[in-house]
Amino acid sequence: MIYFDNASTTNISEKVYSVVCDEMKNCFANPSSLHKLGFESERKITEAREKIASALKVNASEVYFTSGGTEANNTAILGAAESRKRYGKRVITMQTQHPSVEESFKILEERGFEVITLDVDKKGYVDIGQLEDALNDDTILVSIMSVNNEIGTMQKIEEIAAAVKRKDPKILFHTDNVQGFGKHRINAKNIDLMSISAHKIHALKGTGALIIKNGVRIESLIHGGEQQRGIRPGTENLHGIIAMGTASEECFANIEENALNVKGVKTKLLEIKDRLEGVSVNGDEEEGSPYILSLSFEGIRGEVLLHALENEDIFVSTGSACSSRNKKKKSVIDYLDSSKREGTVRFSFCADNTAQEAEKCVDVLERLVGELRKYQRR
Amino acid sequence: MKDVLLVKYGEIAIRGKNRYIVENRLIKTIIRKLKKIGEYWVTKEQGRFVIESLGENMDFDEVIPQVITVLGVVAVCPGVRTEDQCIENLRSVALEHIKTQYPNGGIKYKVDTKRSDKRYPLHSREVSADIGGYILHNMENVTVDVHNYDVKLMVELRNSAYIYSKVIKGYGGLPVGSSGKATVLMSGGIDSPVAAFLTAKRGAEIDAVYFDSPPYTSERAKQKVKDLAERLSDFTCGIKLYVVPFTDVQLEIYNRIQAEKMTIVLKRAMVKCAEKIAEKNGSMALVMGDSIGQVASQTLESINAIDSAAKDLPILRPLCGNDKQEIIDIARKIGTYDISIRPYEDCCTIFVAKHPETKPKRRIIENVEKRIENLDELIEKAVNDTQVFNINIDED
Repeated sequence: MIYFDNASTTNISEKVYSVVCDEMKNCFANPSSLHKLGFESERKITEAREKIASALKVNASEVYFTSGGTEANNTAILGAAESRKRYGKRVITMQTQHPSVEESFKILEERGFEVITLDVDKKGYVDIGQLEDALNDDTILVSIMSVNNEIGTMQKIEEIAAAVKRKDPKILFHTDNVQGFGKHRINAKNIDLMSISAHKIHALKGTGALIIKNGVRIESLIHGGEQQRGIRPGTENLHGIIAMGTASEECFANIEENALNVKGVKTKLLEIKDRLEGVSVNGDEEEGSPYILSLSFEGIRGEVLLHALENEDIFVSTGSACSSRNKKKKSVIDYLDSSKREGTVRFSFCADNTAQEAEKCVDVLERLVGELRKYQRR
Repeated sequence: MKDVLLVKYGEIAIRGKNRYIVENRLIKTIIRKLKKIGEYWVTKEQGRFVIESLGENMDFDEVIPQVITVLGVVAVCPGVRTEDQCIENLRSVALEHIKTQYPNGGIKYKVDTKRSDKRYPLHSREVSADIGGYILHNMENVTVDVHNYDVKLMVELRNSAYIYSKVIKGYGGLPVGSSGKATVLMSGGIDSPVAAFLTAKRGAEIDAVYFDSPPYTSERAKQKVKDLAERLSDFTCGIKLYVVPFTDVQLEIYNRIQAEKMTIVLKRAMVKCAEKIAEKNGSMALVMGDSIGQVASQTLESINAIDSAAKDLPILRPLCGNDKQEIIDIARKIGTYDISIRPYEDCCTIFVAKHPETKPKRRIIENVEKRIENLDELIEKAVNDTQVFNINIDED
């Protein structure tokens, strides 16, 4: 099996598996319980929180666990806008955001906020000049994603955050860093809110976190307890959090090595461009994340190619898993070049992938695309 | 006095000598469905079935959904049975029934009596008047209105007396299997499951054939068809689903046939496959979900050109006269609609011409089809490689 769908989700690493198995047996108490079993669980959560905080170079008290990236994005955007609404009505987002961000901004629009959506260029970048022009005295929140989930374009997030803070330090800056977490280092200095997710780095689904800079107040979406300072009440997902801490430690320890490795895989896979006509790269071929490669094949339907690859035991996707079930929804590719939408396939990697796998994939692709191109609608 | 569910089954009652066969089949189906939820006893009672619980009480909310989906059942009536038919007893049972069913009153009612035992000392009208009066005097907030009533309290005097006031409609039709077997060509769309249902409703046992064309169709599209079959199996007491690997046939058609004729030739190939399967499983007919003129391949010319692909079996098209909205309404009612509209459309659009022929000539199509010299072999192979899924078919 060749699994090139790591931006959708990853497998569980050996280390995470063994740690979680042990802890599931040994540690189960409610972290809020007053007895020593509860204290033991609380301690495990604190450990995990510290691991994540030190990896991101933030304070442990700034890590709030959520059910995943989607909840983190919703909480950040809706919660920040609600808490700052008396200071202004303008909120800024960009094209090509993840549906959980896009939909949150739609809700803000319905609630009467003025939503500015920044354009992206052909490679998927926002223009910092356009952003600066959009920042006015009424602006309370800016949300820019760090690494695009479909095409891998990496925004100059530190520069963008600095530009926002230069205009007014009180404007909250949020980044959806789900695809960057554990893969690319990011300086959180000017970032008030950062969404991350566990299952993209070989931990469990159902766990993520929102990093909320100390001193930043947001309204919570969920009510009912004192856990995590009331920002995200509810009994913590103990084993998910332990897994996230372990995976985070593992990923960040090898971050440069891993990036180099997947770069090799991506480069190998890019050879398909020399073997076949009518193949193009979406996003930024040189500077994009090495973890994601989005290719468009002329005269092919992405979904058909996906299923054909599946028959060869190669697993890819046609875009964000979160929107793949909704054909009417605009995909990231539509913002760049809508003519390519039909034939686009995303290959996304992890450190376990090898250049040999990429080589085999190139061979299979060459054959399949050749065969499939014989059958076009006429 | 005991809670019972009366089952009415209109059309079967008029079927001369076959009547008991059809009745027994219906009872068997009901028993099979009730077995899943508990222990119940079903008896015949002069043109009705009576269902009673072997346990203490009858949970109508649990029993009714099971019985109401049995094809052949016209209606069910939750009520009570009492052995003692003297008028004093009937009065009090009727009063209690009304009090349990309408605890707050607020109803206009009438009483209607049927007396199959003509030796009963009172006439039907006298029984109705007596019971109606008794309820009026012993319950608050109710009025009698024999013309504009909300509630008709029925008193049926048979071997025992039955009293009920609610009639819940079923789908009618004939019990499944009383009319032989048919094989339906089923896509994941809205129409074909409805066609399957309507055929089953007239008593046919149903097998379904689905054409699978990976990589142009996905696992999820196949699952959708399985789920549709599962839903239909509620009515049909199980369904056999044949999944035919069809990619090779499809590609060969693409290679040999001009675009505008592709769909017709493809549908003919499907009919040929289905007929082979149908002959093996003993079907008397094929069923398709066509509605005349809905799409290019459903004009009368197209239907004519497709029909001759079936050599021996007739092709039934129970939806031929229905508008899309009518089909959707039935699909909603039988619970297939929400499954059908799941977004996993197959990617077969490649095989649908941009400008398909709307008036194909049968002779020409038959000639064009001959260009695929190995069509019979490909079809034979597809049929041989077909996977069969038994969906909710009981062992017995």
